[in-house]
Amino acid sequence: MNAATTRIGSGAGFAGDRIEPAVALAEHAGLDDLVLECLAERTIALGQRRRLADPDLGYDPRLRARFERLLPVAARRGVRVLTNMGAANPLAAGEVTRALLREHRLPGRVAVVTGDDVLAELDLAAPAWEDGIALGEHGEVVSANAYLGADALLPALATGAPVVLTGRVADPSLFLAPLAHRLGWDLADPEQAAAGTLVGHLLECAGQVTGGYFADPGVKDVPGLADLGFPYADVAGDGAAVLGKLDGTGGAVNRATVREQLLYEVTDPTGYRTPDVVLDFRSVHATETGPDQVRIAGARGRTRPGELKVSVGYRAGHRAEAEITYAGPNAARRARLAADVVTERLGGTGLRVRAEVLGRLGDTPSAEAECRLRVAALAPDADQADLVCHEVESLYTNGPAGGGGVRTTVQDVIGIVSTSLPRELVHPQVTLLEADDAAA
Amino acid sequence: MLLHEIAHCRAGDKGDISTLSLFPHDDADYELLRREITADRVRAHLAERVRGEVLRYELPLLCALQFVCHQALDGGVTTSLALDTHGKTLSSRLLALVV
Repeated sequence: MNAATTRIGSGAGFAGDRIEPAVALAEHAGLDDLVLECLAERTIALGQRRRLADPDLGYDPRLRARFERLLPVAARRGVRVLTNMGAANPLAAGEVTRALLREHRLPGRVAVVTGDDVLAELDLAAPAWEDGIALGEHGEVVSANAYLGADALLPALATGAPVVLTGRVADPSLFLAPLAHRLGWDLADPEQAAAGTLVGHLLECAGQVTGGYFADPGVKDVPGLADLGFPYADVAGDGAAVLGKLDGTGGAVNRATVREQLLYEVTDPTGYRTPDVVLDFRSVHATETGPDQVRIAGARGRTRPGELKVSVGYRAGHRAEAEITYAGPNAARRARLAADVVTERLGGTGLRVRAEVLGRLGDTPSAEAECRLRVAALAPDADQADLVCHEVESLYTNGPAGGGGVRTTVQDVIGIVSTSLPRELVHPQVTLLEADDAAA
Repeated sequence: MLLHEIAHCRAGDKGDISTLSLFPHDDADYELLRREITADRVRAHLAERVRGEVLRYELPLLCALQFVCHQALDGGVTTSLALDTHGKTLSSRLLALVV
């Protein structure tokens, strides 16, 4: 399939994103593709735990709610939907999606990309990138997922399926793949891979390029933030792209919003590594070409890395968090005294404890002065985490005067460290699920 | 004056690294930012939170400075004990720097 230009939209930038702007894009934007990026670093590890408890789970818990709204519209408008909501169980996500298509009597097939789960290939003695310590020494390893590239998605796109589900795929690759498919690009060409990766990088956080995570009243105003629209890009065969959003939605697309997103999370602008390319941002330029319209061009690329990054999830213990408020004159000193008391009482546990006074109003003698002591600790088990919370709760009657509003939470923590694997050890696969054969 | 008056900033995170992208509101102020907002000044200004080295990249076509701050997130997003585990607020904290 070769087109002069193609329009690709972004329908989610993280697991907790809003769905309304995605539905609006699918309905009104004339999209060819809509991509929903829903996997943060930890999301797969959390999904893996749900999958261990129930082999039918492990995909994005919001998948059904999102697709209930989105797929009927996408089918009617002929928009292909790509998403990593498969998380730790893409095949189960595919089955849920197939069932949903049948319920709504929608035609179509679901292409599921697997192969990112590389737990079986993992060498636990290999050092983590972050600290050089062996992967297995961080705690019980629960997941290991390779960041697949656009090449892993192309066979799924070749099936013509209108819904493509994946687990871990590098965020920009979710966009590069459909662009390459529509525009006839060669992924082995670093310039084309760079152009598509740049577009993907700009779109992957959805509202963050249309004025979300941006407004600063009186300095950087964003009109209609409550009705923030999500972005799309018109991408030409030569890689130049024009970013925009739906008329009538809130938000803004201008050089400032685009620049902020352009460098977001980029730890080396001279060589941003993805599975598809090493992208150089130094030659990229952004030009406003109309209201809420910015043209992007100039991405340069170098040949993709030989290894794939692997994200490893491990059990890191339990995090306790507990807070208490002090107000009025001398509030900050009472909060700091409470911090000292709790720290001393927990001194014998050997836990890593952080006690901090939040809010800086307590030193002024005002009735409205208020600050909050926050105590956090990482404990090896839930019992010790409860102990931390208990020591904050007991400040009510065993601490400084006038402490109120204790809230405590304990969460088990999945830590993430990174390593890499040679590409040859990672084997992406595509499974095609037919929705129509149920009708038979 | 505060950096906030002439520049805007976005924070991103990757592991224990915080990226702080700094842009002038007016392109004419880019040279001023380049001269004044050095990696060392950013490191000193955020010393309570950033424990490792700070690298600065210049992107003149975008009028941008990219600060890559190591050991900035209390060990990283997943196991941090901070309230703002992602370091999202670091961007605004940087803009409190006096120019």
